[in-house]
Amino acid sequence: MQTNVLEYLEHTVRRCPEKTAFADDKQGLTFRQLYDQARAIGSYLYREGLYGQGVAVFLKKQPRTIAAFLGAIYGGSFYVPLDEEMPRQRIELIFKTLQPGAVICDENTQALVSGLDYGGKCIRYENAAFGIIDEEALARVRREQLDIDPIYVVFTSGSTGVPKGVTGCHRSCLDYIESLCEVLPFSKDTVFGNQTPLYFDACLKEIMPTLKYGATTYLIPRKLFLFPIDLVKFLNRFKINTLCWVVSALTYLSSFQTFEKVKPEFVDTVAFASEVFPVRQLNIWRKALPNTRFFNLYGPTETTGICCYYEVDREFHDDEVLPIGRPFRNTQILLLDEQNRPARQGEICIRGSRLTLGYYRDMKQTEEAFVQNPLNSLYPERIYRTGDMGKYNDRGELVFLARKDHQIKHMGHRIEPGEIEAAANRHREVTGACCVFQEQAKKIVLYYVGSVNAAELAAHLAALLPRYMLPGEYNRLDAMPLTPNGKIDRKLLKQWQMRKEK
Amino acid sequence: MDRILEILWELHPDVDFETAGHLIDDGILDSFDIVTIASEVDLDYGVTIPAEALTPENFNSARAIYALVERLVKE
Repeated sequence: MQTNVLEYLEHTVRRCPEKTAFADDKQGLTFRQLYDQARAIGSYLYREGLYGQGVAVFLKKQPRTIAAFLGAIYGGSFYVPLDEEMPRQRIELIFKTLQPGAVICDENTQALVSGLDYGGKCIRYENAAFGIIDEEALARVRREQLDIDPIYVVFTSGSTGVPKGVTGCHRSCLDYIESLCEVLPFSKDTVFGNQTPLYFDACLKEIMPTLKYGATTYLIPRKLFLFPIDLVKFLNRFKINTLCWVVSALTYLSSFQTFEKVKPEFVDTVAFASEVFPVRQLNIWRKALPNTRFFNLYGPTETTGICCYYEVDREFHDDEVLPIGRPFRNTQILLLDEQNRPARQGEICIRGSRLTLGYYRDMKQTEEAFVQNPLNSLYPERIYRTGDMGKYNDRGELVFLARKDHQIKHMGHRIEPGEIEAAANRHREVTGACCVFQEQAKKIVLYYVGSVNAAELAAHLAALLPRYMLPGEYNRLDAMPLTPNGKIDRKLLKQWQMRKEK
Repeated sequence: MDRILEILWELHPDVDFETAGHLIDDGILDSFDIVTIASEVDLDYGVTIPAEALTPENFNSARAIYALVERLVKE
């Protein structure tokens, strides 16, 4: 029985050591190089006494980043991906929760680490990755590790202003990858074109199947996603055949009529997640690539990524909604109404081994979201409450309806308006703030009260929040509209926005 | 030109678009911004920005964006 995700790599490195595992437009790592560097990093971390601790990986998106992730797991630590574009204050907030045992950096990011309020170990990638491989230490780690031990913590937006650290383990990841690979046609011939940032769980869809099958993943430079023609040329140049992208990256190509000029020649599988794919855009893709298989994926980070899938198997009119289909093997979806009874329409709740361990150093929020299955009073059994509302359609397929709360999905990112509001409220001249999302224009709109002007407030927020959380419109008000019981009247603000859109 | 500046300022009120000349190279504009600019330009000038016009040169400054829009209007 496989109990450790590293077994994927260990099987594959024997089969095809010299094949490229991960590459970008400049450099690549073969499975042999990946295996050696990851084990050297693991040996180094273990020697430094970091077993069981969080290791922050602070590197640009590149093949080495993945070797560092795997290195942390080899050492019995867990990796915590950071991005150089995360504002310093947000990283410090994450470090407060995480209290990392060490940070792995390189010549590009070392200065950024020095600028942080962090006094712990700072390890240069080259020093760890090209050192000695201590087989004995690695064997000891392997004996001690169980499949319920953490392998990563990824931080997602938190409604109180503090990011939440979702903690994944070997078992949740294995359950996810094994069931995913039964549905998606991955093989040794798969060539992934990675779009999603490495600091989220979404990239597991590419990293783990690449290790499992001995496939290849190209990390596509972020800037290319602005330039559709160059992006498609990149896909063709590297014969990329599989895309697992967020919806906004796919619709960017279709909305600019890219396929009238140039088409992806090798792409036979497109999987998309994170948002509802507008059918009009999907139909442009299907027309351009009539022999390609399209999969709608759904699932939260708390269940290791994806838990439901729907392969597009029929025609959809532009005004129809794609279903999210059904759960993968070994996962069950419960739709629960407000009295926690099973219903045809209700909150999507998930049970199965793919549930992650919960939120790092936050038992309270973990207990609120990962709860006892209300349908089982006989023994402990956790389910995850997504906060998403769903229903079954006439065909028995699951359909996503809406959020129960105010969470926003923007450009593939999951954002709590509360986090933006908390950041705005930290400005001393702001006395009130409220964020609403303009659905049509997909724009985050901030309403605020205070004497500060929009330019200053934007600069203030840019220092605190990742750029995908920054509002696209600022509106200063003399006073916040309130509901009869004194809360900010979000509904009214939304109505103002809708009127403006018209 | 003023309208282009207005569109850009609404997206990033903290950037000096009159002088900034590396909007793409410095990572100031992202794909969301470009989609927004394209849809605003479509509304205000009645022109569609085609995929091949999406290049760093055409989007590195407010002036370059304006020049692109002028070209598209003439065509």
